[in-house]
Amino acid sequence: MSAQTATPPATNDPSSTQQPRANAILKEIVNGNVLITVLAVFLALLIGGVLIAFSNEDVQAAAGYFFSRPQDTFVAIWNAVSGAYVALFQGSIYNFRRDDFVTAIRPLTDTLTYAAPLIVAGLGVGLAFRVGMFNIGGRGQMLIAAAAAGWVGFSFHLPWGVHLVVAVIAGIAGGALWAGIVGLLKARTGAHEVILTIMLNYVAFYLVSYMLRAPGLLQAPDQVNPKSPPMLETAIFPPLLGPAYKLHAGFILVILATIFVWWLLNRSSLGFRFRAVGENPNAARVAGMDVKNIYVYAMLVSGGLLGLAGVMQVLGTVPTGFSSGIDAGIGFDAITVALLGRSKPWGIFAAGVLFGAFKAGGYAMQASQGVPVDVVTIVQSLIVLFIAAPPLVRAIFFLPDGSRRRRRTTPIVTKEVEAK
Amino acid sequence: MQLELRGITKRFGALTANDHIDLVVAPGEIHCLLGENGAGKSTLMNVLYGLYQADDGEILLDGIVQHFEGPGDAMRSGIGMVHQHFMLIPVFTVAENVMLGHEQTSFGGRLDLDAARKRVREISDRFGFSVDPDAIVGDLPVGVQQRVEIIKALSRDAKVLVFDEPTAVLTPQETDELMTIMRQLRDEGTSIVFITHKLREVREVADRITVIRLGKVVGEAAPTASNSELAALMVGRAVELVVQKDVARPGAPALVVENLDVIDANGLKVVNDVSFAVHEGEILAIAGVQGNGQTELTEAIMGLQPRVNGRVSLGGQALTGLSVRRVLDAGVGFVPEDRTEDGLVAEMTIAENLMLDRSHGAPFVARGSLRRDHLDDFAEDKKKEFDIRAQSVSTPAGRLSGGNQQKVVLAREMSRDLKLLIAAQPTRGIDVGSIEFVHKRMVETRDAGIPVIVVSTELDEVVALADRIAVMYRGSIVGIVPGDTPRDVLGLMMAGERPAEVAA
Repeated sequence: MSAQTATPPATNDPSSTQQPRANAILKEIVNGNVLITVLAVFLALLIGGVLIAFSNEDVQAAAGYFFSRPQDTFVAIWNAVSGAYVALFQGSIYNFRRDDFVTAIRPLTDTLTYAAPLIVAGLGVGLAFRVGMFNIGGRGQMLIAAAAAGWVGFSFHLPWGVHLVVAVIAGIAGGALWAGIVGLLKARTGAHEVILTIMLNYVAFYLVSYMLRAPGLLQAPDQVNPKSPPMLETAIFPPLLGPAYKLHAGFILVILATIFVWWLLNRSSLGFRFRAVGENPNAARVAGMDVKNIYVYAMLVSGGLLGLAGVMQVLGTVPTGFSSGIDAGIGFDAITVALLGRSKPWGIFAAGVLFGAFKAGGYAMQASQGVPVDVVTIVQSLIVLFIAAPPLVRAIFFLPDGSRRRRRTTPIVTKEVEAK
Repeated sequence: MQLELRGITKRFGALTANDHIDLVVAPGEIHCLLGENGAGKSTLMNVLYGLYQADDGEILLDGIVQHFEGPGDAMRSGIGMVHQHFMLIPVFTVAENVMLGHEQTSFGGRLDLDAARKRVREISDRFGFSVDPDAIVGDLPVGVQQRVEIIKALSRDAKVLVFDEPTAVLTPQETDELMTIMRQLRDEGTSIVFITHKLREVREVADRITVIRLGKVVGEAAPTASNSELAALMVGRAVELVVQKDVARPGAPALVVENLDVIDANGLKVVNDVSFAVHEGEILAIAGVQGNGQTELTEAIMGLQPRVNGRVSLGGQALTGLSVRRVLDAGVGFVPEDRTEDGLVAEMTIAENLMLDRSHGAPFVARGSLRRDHLDDFAEDKKKEFDIRAQSVSTPAGRLSGGNQQKVVLAREMSRDLKLLIAAQPTRGIDVGSIEFVHKRMVETRDAGIPVIVVSTELDEVVALADRIAVMYRGSIVGIVPGDTPRDVLGLMMAGERPAEVAA
């Protein structure tokens, strides 16, 4: 029915907030993204709790005689869910069952270790989002970067410090190059970046797989498995907090990368063009920006960041030699992280830490409580699902609908008339 | 059917969009709802159509109180709406679009397209619409698409038809045809509510006029009222409808266009062998019905068209073959025809939009970084100078009214060191107050000795601003005539005829 599509918002949809400032800020918080994000996480954990309860054997047993002793079921549910989430917390942030702080805080450092590649990869995907492109090719870019950094890492003999720097740069360059191909093809031929990146994922995967099987390329000598030699000591990220923790110096690069992307998008002239092209390429073109070149630059930076994520894996997380599974699905998780972080650098940082915590805590949860690690993946997916559907979250929590009110047609013009 | 609105009030938060509005539309009359953008006309009609629920007041049809939960209820009661943005599915045929929403089916759920075709033909013949029921809607000209909308409403036996800014997308000819259709419908007994902010149309077609300002009815007027009376009611103060300007003192030729061709993506020549010159200190208006090559001509000058033959030079410097950025650097200011699509980035702030075409080097960029403080100061200045009504310079441009958006574009272009200003449809879709402002700035620019090109499909605007008028028809310039050429001559030229007294 034609009428159901309401009159689209006219070209002029001013929505001056005429209320006092504090009120406007409150509204921003209520309707804004932060609250929705927090509620989405809460909802996802809630549903995760339901799943944990259902899959728990004690709960199932107690539910068998629910009508004679219902409290047993509730106690079992409470034990199962609280046990699982306590384990999640202990595994990811602070284990209060340990005696000393040094070991108790280890889970948090694990979380940050897992978060490191997620954050930089998320930054790469998020940056492409801001320029109006979907970089689904994180996997390929990470693999190429890992291969490049890894090759430098195990075959070059350079002094301490120099070796690491060269390896990192090689990785970033590898990722940038792999994504740059996509940018170039898009700019010159108009091919769509989604198809290009997905296809280049396969190319990268099989290329790296081949090289890992070919002695003299990436395969470790005297090996039959498709696996590279371990990294040389000089090329590995040194531990950041001493040998007791896994957290490595790569995390400093993560913080620097976040600051860099923030500066690039919000304070640099190139980032200004990035955003203009991302929001309205037509206006950008009319304003004299070279839209095609911007696509290429954006893919180079995006790929470089994903490349850095590959470097984190090969020189930080698993320095003992890599196989073609070194990307560990991070290239795809990065899309989720970027969405959760709403493509804003510090939002992505926070989202990456959260997902890192899920990863670290998920294993602890499985080990201590027998809760399948898949629950964590489900919770992660639900978070993004809820975030992608803000009206759903608003409806569940009875929040006022911000978008509709924002879309009304009026004030400023009337104010303008009045003022004359 | 008599439509009566009694004390309709609609609030959005702190804002009262409609404040106790009373309106009576008699059967067989064209009732104009006149008001500036944002005065509350569309809100009122959306209440009538059941899209919004009124906070207070009631809707009566033939004296009976109605409760509309949604557009479906309104349609069943005989209210039809022709939206400004068409609610048609481009890939469907006319008949399919008309039946959409209340499809008749024959045995086994098969669509009864024949019945729909018959209905389209019936209505089309009755009003002389000449619409082919089997034509694909997307292939039809805008004016005909609008007729499909009208047929759609009529096929549901609408007794009250609401036209929401129907002429905004039409050429002058199509507008005239629409007026004829409206009169015909009225004579058949349909009540018509005609929403607009264009004074000329109101006076031409209305039986009664209700003026709305700030969500309130501020008065009724007869169609015999003068333009300035109506404008004063609408804006709430006296408005200058005539642009005050002195006689132009043209200097040396600045922009010289010679034998310019533009070839579009389909290989068609959309601009054909166009030559003209614009002098310093004059306004050259390019008149013509929409789609006769004016858009492509300005884009070719700006370097936005890929396939161009011929020469364009500004003050002796060749512009042809330069990138858009180089053309801008050469001192050309450009106000694009479609400001939301080509002129602004809606999500960016006013300040950011003010530096949109200066993101390289001084004054807003130093060593690759934005100079935010400098930009904010600049934006504050321009906000004041161009009277941009917004909460602050960090308000997203997309939240501004059309008039204020246009002021942002103008402020951006005019604050550069200009050697030429090209403004395409500078006042399309903006309110009377802003039109006055925009016209004044154009004349000031001219008086500063800068050549100005104004492209407009509105004859009023052309006549008001131009020192000389170039009329385009099918990609060619029919003739270049003085600014005081009578309207009927211009009208003929817009149809492609070259009157005897006009030299080529």
